[in-house]
Parts: sequence; structure tokens; C-alpha cells
Amino acid sequence: MTVLQESETLKKTVLYDHHVSLGGKMVNFAGWLMPIYYSGIIGEHEWTRNSCGVFDVSHLGEIHVKGSGAFKFLQYRLTNDMAKLSDGKIIYSLLCDERALTIDDILIYQSAPEDYYLVVNASNIDRDFEALSRYVPDSVTLTNKSDESSCIAIQGPKAEAILEKLFGFQLKGLVYYHFMEASWKGFPVWISRSGYTGEDGFEIFSKNEHAPAIWDRLIQDGKSEGTMPAGLGARNTLRLEAGNALYGHEINESTTPFDAGLGWAVAMGKPGGFVGRDMLIKQREEGPSRRLVGFKMLDKPIARDHYPIFKNEKKIGVVTSGSFGPTAGANIGLGYVDRGSEAIGTRIEIEIHGRKVPAEVVPRPFITLKHKKG
Amino acid sequence: MPDTSKLRYAETHEWVSLSGNIATVGISDHAQKEISDVVFVELPKEGRVVKQKESAMVIESVKAAFDIYAPVSGKIIKANQALSGKPDLVNRSPYEEGWLFQIECSDPKQFQSLLSEADYNNVKHHAGH
Repeated sequence: MTVLQESETLKKTVLYDHHVSLGGKMVNFAGWLMPIYYSGIIGEHEWTRNSCGVFDVSHLGEIHVKGSGAFKFLQYRLTNDMAKLSDGKIIYSLLCDERALTIDDILIYQSAPEDYYLVVNASNIDRDFEALSRYVPDSVTLTNKSDESSCIAIQGPKAEAILEKLFGFQLKGLVYYHFMEASWKGFPVWISRSGYTGEDGFEIFSKNEHAPAIWDRLIQDGKSEGTMPAGLGARNTLRLEAGNALYGHEINESTTPFDAGLGWAVAMGKPGGFVGRDMLIKQREEGPSRRLVGFKMLDKPIARDHYPIFKNEKKIGVVTSGSFGPTAGANIGLGYVDRGSEAIGTRIEIEIHGRKVPAEVVPRPFITLKHKKG
Repeated sequence: MPDTSKLRYAETHEWVSLSGNIATVGISDHAQKEISDVVFVELPKEGRVVKQKESAMVIESVKAAFDIYAPVSGKIIKANQALSGKPDLVNRSPYEEGWLFQIECSDPKQFQSLLSEADYNNVKHHAGH
């Protein structure tokens, strides 16, 4: 087996020492030394589904986009329709290149008109900034706030009650994909009703210097209320069961939004067009040659990234994510298959350790989502 | 905690105990913590002949799949069938109930060339491949 090595060159969030003192197993994730788990992935996964998991996601990047041309700029640079936003609202979008290949998937928070925050994947901060910069007009200022911002995700059915009790926030009126500004102990925070786990939950953004106090409140005072620290291992199994794409797995610089089944985050008809639209028009006419599907293993081994997928002895695709799904109670995964093999119920085989193991295409998500819709 | 002082270790984190020419193999406590929650164990076929350092079986955790290498050469005479139903024994009892397989050694001298517990404890944080 391979043991991951600690390296001095890896970045640490301001909560690093907290993770170590909680027994966190620290690993390299996208250049950051992050906890993959504290007590165990399955336990943290189930705790999040049944109570409340607390995740340090400060490795995520934040890019501030502000200026009189900010709306028009984002509308042209991103795939989704920024006109759906209003103050306090969040939208999911893709950032594509001119060939409609995906540079990143991001969340856009509208703070005020012409004033937005982009939350981006840790591994893509520099590429995103560069891809945005190439199109930015003089009327818009881009600022990379990643190194000064922290983010803690609080996920699970008890998250709302626990946050209200520990911090005094009023969260009942805050619905999914919305955020609000608040203060705690005199310092400002943003709280969004969002997350990646398929559970109801929140993410708290703060300046780095305030994150340790928020973390301690959640972990120490929150323990008796039902919180538990959870690592990136559980975050991955939770997002996989929720059917969410992960950059570097389901989406990357060789996939288009249509390949990944993310057409809902592409506003083809928005006025003025957007970067990548011409290629997407072409792809829509031809139909994508492959589709992202969910699958369930019908025998025990787990399909992992890059394992080939077969149907009737012919290679038809590749696995992009696979794991035991603790809540689904099965070995599940996501992968690309050629068009014609995406129907629910299609029998496929995945080559695992030299053996072809039967699997079946099943609906995504693998669990019932618990988001609090407006 | 069982007495592990008489065990020998491979750099790839397998432990071995030798009784006559029968070697019992498992993975170390350090390794089971690295692997995290074991959810499936693909046991080796009994009767299979393996060479030292050859992949003998696979352990699947929530995190990833891990090859387990034969620490000594010989014939696999027994696999721990209890792991089929309870793969988490590897985590809960890595040196006792969570043993993996037994090898009839073709060259028992190989056992002596493996790491002592003290040596393994020194190298384990740097080992791997």
C-alpha cells in the first residue's frame, strides 16, 4: 500500500493545528494539507446524514468581481444566466474556454448590483483568475481573496438548529442557494444555505483571523448539540451519493457542460452570447457523443477512477468516481458511457483488478436530497 | 493490544508471524489507519503460489483500493474467510481476527530478512511505493 507523505510545500488553512489536535489524518488535496478524516470516513458520513458534520473547506478560492461592467462581464464569461441573480442569491455556473471545455465549476454570490463573489475549486484558482482576466474590461476589478478568506461547511439535518443556538443566527427564512450577512462577536460573516452533501446545510465565510473562533464554537460547544468534525473523505462520499460532479473527476478541461449533464447551468439563449456558445450550439445539434451516468455495482468490488466500462465485450466508457456509498448501502459510482448506453437499467461491466464485474446504470442522485427549497 | 514484538514486517506494511514453515500475514495497525474503513476484501485463492513482493490480494477501503503484497514466497494455503462478511475486522483487529492469509513458505529464510518491529517502526512513516 502507499502512504501519502507530508510535504513542507503544501498549503495549510488557518485551522490546520485544530485538525491535527483533533486527530485529523492530513493528506495532500489540490496542494493543501487537509484532513481526509478524523475518526473514520463512514462514521463521519453517517453522522452528517443523521446529525451535523462540520467541514473545513477553506481551501476553496474566492474571487471578488466588482465594477460597473461586472454583470455584463460575468454574463459573457460564464455559462449560466446572471439575470437570475439578485442580492443575496447564489447561482451555479461553469467557466468554459472558447471550445466549450470546462475550466472550472463555480458558485456566484451576488452581494450587490455589479458586486459578486465567485467561489471556485482550490485546484483551479490561478487558472480561473487567468481565464477571467483575459476578458475583463477596465470597468471591472478582479481581486483574488482566496488567501484571506476561510469557509466552514455545516451540513446535516441538525445544522439549522445548531447554528441558531450557537450563534444566534435567524436562519428559518434563508432558503437553498441564498446567503445573508451577519455578525458574531462583532465580526462580519456570510452564511449561505448551500453545500455539497445532499443534506440541508450551511457554509460560513469569514476572514481568516475569525475562522478559529467559529470552528471552536462549532466543535467544542457544538459537540453536545450534535456536531462532529468531518473530513474530505466523507465530503466525497456524501457528494457522490448526492450525484454531484467533482472537478478533476466528472468535469475537466476535456468535458463540455453537455457531456456532464450540466446543460441546466448553461443559458444558451441569453442575450449577447457567452464564451463557448458556438461550440455548444454545434454539440447540441449533433448530440453529445457520451453521457455521464450513475451506476451501481452488482458484485462486491468497487469501481475506481479511470477503470474501463464495457457493454457486450466492447469498451464504452470510463469510471470518473467510485466508492462504497454508506447511505446508499451499495458500491456506487459515476462515469462516462457512449451515447446509447445511458438508459437506466442498462447492464454494463467494469474491469476491476483484471476481472469484469457486472454493474447497472441507475438514476442520480443515489439518495433523496434534503435541500430546503424556497 | 496483542504482543506484536515477534512479528516481522515488509516495507509495504504487511506483518508476518511464522510457525514452523507456515507464515500468517496481515497488515499493520499503522496501515489499517492509513487505509481507513475497509469495506471489501478480495481474498486470494487458496492453493495459489505467490512470489515474495508479488500482489497477493486487494483491500478496498472507502478511500481507495490497496494491493497487499506477499511478504514471503510460497503457496497460499488458507485465506481468512471471515473477512468476506466482516471486512472491518482488518480495522478493528489487525493482528488477530483481521489476519489475511497463510502461506506455506518455500524459503523460510525470507522471514529473517524482513524488518523487525523496531526497524518497521523507524521506517513506517517513510515507507510505501
